Amino acid sequence: MLPVRGDTIMERNKIRILIAKPGLDGHDRGAKYIARALRDEGFEVIYTGIRQSIEAIVSTAVQEDVQFVGLSLLSGAHLELFPRVVEMLLEKGGGDIIVFGGGIIPAEDTAVLKEKGVQAVFTPGTTISEVTSFIEEATAHG
Amino acid sequence: MADVVSLVQGVLGGNIRSIAKSISLVENDLPEKEELLKKIYPHAGKAVIFGITGPPGSGKSTLLDRLIKTNRGRGKKVAVAAVDPSSPFSLGAILGDRIRMQSHAADPGVYIRSMASRGHLGGVASATIDTVKILDAAGFDYIFIETIGVGQAEVEVATLSDVVLLVLIPGMGDEIQAMKAGVMEIGDIYVINKKDLDGADRLKAEIEYILNLANGNSCPLHPVKMVSAEKNEGIDELVSTMDEYVDHMKSNGALMERRKENIKKELQTLISSKVRHLLENRFSISECLECWAEDIFNGEIDPYSMIQENITSKLAEKELPS
Amino acid sequence: MSESKGIREQGKHWEEALVRKTLEKFPERQEEFLTGSDLPVDRLYLPGDTWEDHYLEAIGFPGQYPFTRGVQPTMYRGRLWTMRQYAGFGSAEESNKRYKYLLDHGQDGLSIAFDLPSQIGYDSDHPLSWGEVGKVGVAIDTLKDFEILFDGIPLDTISTSVTANATAAILLCMYICVADKQGVPQDKLKGTLQNDILKEYVARGTYIFPPAPSMRLINNIFQYCSRHMPLWNTISISGYHIREAGSTAVQEVAFTIADGIEYVKNALSVGLDVDAFAGRLSFFFNAHNDLLEEVAKFRSARRIWAQIMREKFGAKKEKSQKLRFHTQTGGSTLTAQQPDNNIIRVTIQALAAVLGGTQSLHTNSRDEALALPSEDAVRTALRTQQIIAHESGVANTIDPLAGSYYLEALTDEITREVYVYLDKIEKMGGMVKAIEKGYIQKEIQDSAYRYQKEVEAGEKVVVGVNSYKTETGLPSDLLKVDPRVQELQLKKLAEVKKNRDNSKVASVLGKLKNAAEDENANLIPVILEGVKEYAAMGEICDVLRGVFGEYKEAVVL
Repeated sequence: MLPVRGDTIMERNKIRILIAKPGLDGHDRGAKYIARALRDEGFEVIYTGIRQSIEAIVSTAVQEDVQFVGLSLLSGAHLELFPRVVEMLLEKGGGDIIVFGGGIIPAEDTAVLKEKGVQAVFTPGTTISEVTSFIEEATAHG
Repeated sequence: MADVVSLVQGVLGGNIRSIAKSISLVENDLPEKEELLKKIYPHAGKAVIFGITGPPGSGKSTLLDRLIKTNRGRGKKVAVAAVDPSSPFSLGAILGDRIRMQSHAADPGVYIRSMASRGHLGGVASATIDTVKILDAAGFDYIFIETIGVGQAEVEVATLSDVVLLVLIPGMGDEIQAMKAGVMEIGDIYVINKKDLDGADRLKAEIEYILNLANGNSCPLHPVKMVSAEKNEGIDELVSTMDEYVDHMKSNGALMERRKENIKKELQTLISSKVRHLLENRFSISECLECWAEDIFNGEIDPYSMIQENITSKLAEKELPS
Repeated sequence: MSESKGIREQGKHWEEALVRKTLEKFPERQEEFLTGSDLPVDRLYLPGDTWEDHYLEAIGFPGQYPFTRGVQPTMYRGRLWTMRQYAGFGSAEESNKRYKYLLDHGQDGLSIAFDLPSQIGYDSDHPLSWGEVGKVGVAIDTLKDFEILFDGIPLDTISTSVTANATAAILLCMYICVADKQGVPQDKLKGTLQNDILKEYVARGTYIFPPAPSMRLINNIFQYCSRHMPLWNTISISGYHIREAGSTAVQEVAFTIADGIEYVKNALSVGLDVDAFAGRLSFFFNAHNDLLEEVAKFRSARRIWAQIMREKFGAKKEKSQKLRFHTQTGGSTLTAQQPDNNIIRVTIQALAAVLGGTQSLHTNSRDEALALPSEDAVRTALRTQQIIAHESGVANTIDPLAGSYYLEALTDEITREVYVYLDKIEKMGGMVKAIEKGYIQKEIQDSAYRYQKEVEAGEKVVVGVNSYKTETGLPSDLLKVDPRVQELQLKKLAEVKKNRDNSKVASVLGKLKNAAEDENANLIPVILEGVKEYAAMGEICDVLRGVFGEYKEAVVL
């Protein structure tokens, strides 16, 4: 099922997703998996590696005109770093970009993150189809 | 519906968001594309466009990172269109070239855009040319088109520039033989990266030999530069050489020639695409393909006669609709 | 010999007569059976044809080359493995409390977890440290923090594992200083420094400098410790993280040993004598789910390392040939769903490590996939080790699973596969070259991808995640790092900077720069000086960054 955006049906490879690792955490197994799996599902993924500052992530998202930013973090700094990305995107004119996150994030923190503008949080055990469903639904309503 | 006027305004003002949205518009071939490009075009033409290509592992991105740094140091604004192939199976792509250039991510004087080939041979060439025009109009002094020199198509894209940097590394052995077979000719400036490795001097000699053969004289028109992007060696010299080369092209008319050639190529592509589009509108070709193929498969008719019957003969009858 | 042939024939007979009949009525659960690392698992294993010769040559006796059965002649009958839980978070005060808790509850060695800024050489006030201070471990900016960390902990009796790699030299110096203040001389200090930079580049990501200067620092540490700290393990060559990044068991052993080879080569190249430092090299492995594969893995690692040290590097001392290792149960195998299940997983994994002859062990807590361990959860993890040690009986004999036909066959197979990798890496020019080429990263990623796809397809069962799903509530006592840690740490750091002799600090940092620029200088004495003057972690690393540069990731996707 191809997602619909406004009047146009969006082909998957026109949906651009930035997968980024903010902060100092170097565990990139999950991020690399998601990047690769999303590519295999037909999306365009921009992967910027580990140790990205928030400024770099936001600037990249805006330049690449992505529809989604996926943040991966296992170091527990998500409550600080994720909302800051959302904030800065808004500041730089990227308020329409949808931010989602993944990593080691307890459920109670998920609620807080959602309040602060992170639209979905995918924790260990998430399948790629859950992620693609989210992307398609979010695109359709965007 | 995109507001083309305000997008163009934004581009001319150097607004990153507008630049980004405009590039998406042309890449996705949205209906407003032509209108946008018509407005953009008069403002393009100031930037110098470099193509940078070479086999995987040649260190292009690291080199580009250094070139960006050096140019920023001289107060120049730099843009990069990094082209990578899409997966032929899923049509998706992982675009990772910018990782090597991420130290510049938050620098407002640097713009990096990752582009996927999206499966069509001609498609990425058009999208790249259009993207370069937008970046040009936005005021970037140098624009780099970075591609992987593996296939004909990818290499071609690099030639849509004023000057092509062909990046090679020692130890490629057989690859150099393959490259001689046609790809080598596209280079204007040859860059031997990882010059500290064994065989670098040999490679330089080989390249100069081939170039001499091609040019028929002993004074190479094409510089061969040795660098180590990793160690940041030879970069300043390379940048000077690039400057000199461009100046030289400007003064002897070569730049003008190159740009006209590229315009011709662009026209060819656009015309083919236009014609295709018009024919599609007129004859609904994609709808008919299935049953046409069926008939041909069943031996009822051959492809040439099919086209004659359904398209060519009908074209002769009336003018093409506007 | 003829006995074995008889067994084989009977085995064929059994297959054709009995098994075939049974299969017709009851097919097996799966088409094929694989280990956790996708090695094929046969229905039955029989004694090999030349098992006696094979035993003497490749299996041997505990404490004797090739050490397949263990590195000590009495193993756990002499002394149990060290129960060493990795711990640390927040401030030095909080971590100090946790260490005392663990020691009170029977843990016999410490293992320090540092926060990411401390591992990557950034002070708590660096922009990239924002949000990370005290999160995955304790925040250490200066010696002051280290003094608080070890307050009341006697360094003459407690052995400590210092999990730092890029910043290993600095933290080692801090440890020496704290011990000195307690009146404990360097040559009495027992412990381990992780100090394994190669795996950082491919699996863990807390590198700072490029490979060459990083290897130089490692050599400096080898040299210094071989002279001044005979009881200190200078490196913990790690496969744990490589496995966590998604590699197979074979790759875990292969890449770890290849790293080890690179370190030894490197040390030899600066003139160190192999028998002078090799005895203090140690290893760190993962204990994963497939119990028997893991036991086979540990045994094959010991055998291979012994062979390499003796044959390839000519090590004469037995101490140089012994692979001693610490194990941690596999964190990535634990699930957020039904966290109590993790206690069982950890038990199986801990058992594998013990049956595999580990020298020390960390068991994960049940809430691993959600947060750092709560006090309750970490206590259960510790008790797991204690129950295995004292109630299960497995520690009462050495290498109890040896002779299992399956186990020996698997040990041999893993050994073979590992050597294939080692040859390949050698042909590429060694581990550093292989990493530059992206070969190691690609192998790991491909395994990780394959595994994940199998889980998503249901081919690999993960109880509670893709099968046997139940909605359970979440643990209510999840550990939360005090959000004020960052603020408090910044205050502390400012305080230290105010009270120290800043001109002395500046002078030592200048000395450090000169020493760093001299390839032949050992940096440890200078760093020691700097640490004593309360120079900050970030200040020291910034000097080194200026001279060595910073490593840029080579991403292969």
